[in-house]
Amino acid sequence: MSTQATVHQTKWWSGGKSPFNLEYGKLMMWYFLMSDAFTFGAFLISYGSIRFSQNFWPDPNVVFNAFPGMGHANLPLAFVSVMTFILIISSVTMVLAVHAGHKQDKAGVIKWMFWTIVGGLAFLGCQAWEWHHLITGEHAVLVKDATGGAYIDMVGQTMGGNPWGKLVHDNTAVLNALNDTATSKHTLISLAHEFPTDQAKGLSHEALEKMNNSQLAGMVDTARAHIREKGPIAFGGYFYGITGFHGFHVFSGVIINLVMLIMTQKNVFHNKGHYLMIEKAGLYWHFVDLVWVFVFLCFYLI
Amino acid sequence: MQHPAFEEVTIHHHTADDKAFRKKVIRTTLILSVITVIELGLGLLLYALQLPDDLRRLLIKGVIIILSLAKAFYIVSIFMHLGDEIRNMIMTIVVPLMLFIWFILAFILDGNSYKNLRNKFDQHFKESTSEHPPVDKNKTHEIKPGGKE
Repeated sequence: MSTQATVHQTKWWSGGKSPFNLEYGKLMMWYFLMSDAFTFGAFLISYGSIRFSQNFWPDPNVVFNAFPGMGHANLPLAFVSVMTFILIISSVTMVLAVHAGHKQDKAGVIKWMFWTIVGGLAFLGCQAWEWHHLITGEHAVLVKDATGGAYIDMVGQTMGGNPWGKLVHDNTAVLNALNDTATSKHTLISLAHEFPTDQAKGLSHEALEKMNNSQLAGMVDTARAHIREKGPIAFGGYFYGITGFHGFHVFSGVIINLVMLIMTQKNVFHNKGHYLMIEKAGLYWHFVDLVWVFVFLCFYLI
Repeated sequence: MQHPAFEEVTIHHHTADDKAFRKKVIRTTLILSVITVIELGLGLLLYALQLPDDLRRLLIKGVIIILSLAKAFYIVSIFMHLGDEIRNMIMTIVVPLMLFIWFILAFILDGNSYKNLRNKFDQHFKESTSEHPPVDKNKTHEIKPGGKE
């Protein structure tokens, strides 16, 4: 066995063979993925660097707690775990497509590539919903103005604003901000709906609409109201930047897989006698799943 | 067996045996799913416990990171078949990735040092961003001594 191993070892470097026993395209795909790993790594490390430079960072369980169709229910990490499982399963179907390719099984390749594409599209759909929910969400935030006063604004998670700062425990500050002229009627009505005083509980939307701002301020239960300060602005840029870059990889992966599916259908690989292109597309697709492991880790878990 | 298109490449069908292949895929899928569930559990544990920024919190996060690295290993080694390649080829991928050890440590520590310096020299930053700032005089908040943490 050991002599055989030595013979085996030297044979790769004696000429006429590929020393890595890989065809060019697949090897280059590996090196591309390695460089892409550094690109993603640089983004995530930059995010980590900024996060370590802050005294406060939003708790992901607070930020990512929504689920489609569940309204305002507090379900931390539920939706993102669905997204994670979608990617894991689409990785498995890709493995099966590559395996079918090894066996020259055209029908098998088509079947499993199809499911891989479905998984990719499902993931993109989930991400679209999540982004939309975060951007259009309205969260009451205590905003300090230049003169030292403060008002309350409804803010979504965008590139320029982060509504997930520290909880405001100071009820007097909240009450003052509610009565500040800069606090809009829309904000007051939303707050009166969400955190009504006993007096406001039975009131209809129309009844609230008729009140003036200072009356509305009295309808908000300041003791129960969840009002936060603004959080670190960098959160939005990093979150949308990195998950967007990953989403772009998923998107291009879906396009690549679609092209592979069409080429398989048209017998291109069958006529060539090998399905190596499926393997290369597979490497890229698994890499997308691999990156998600770390995006999931850095943004949602820790 | 020679490769049909590239005669300098031999095909090593690591997955020639259908049954063994199926078993391997199912096993890996299960491992990845179970690790993900454990990670989610630990993530929710962090939420439920609401620990202060201390060693226990760091420990749980450390376990989550190690579990993620295990997931990455299984994806690369089994799904991407890197484990079945020739050792020299594996090394050309893995050795450059060692740069990440320096990359992560250098930048995280730099960020941390920036925070410490700001807390030391920029009182406004410290007071406006710390978890429990000394807010109101008439509130029964104990005011932490400034300076060192």
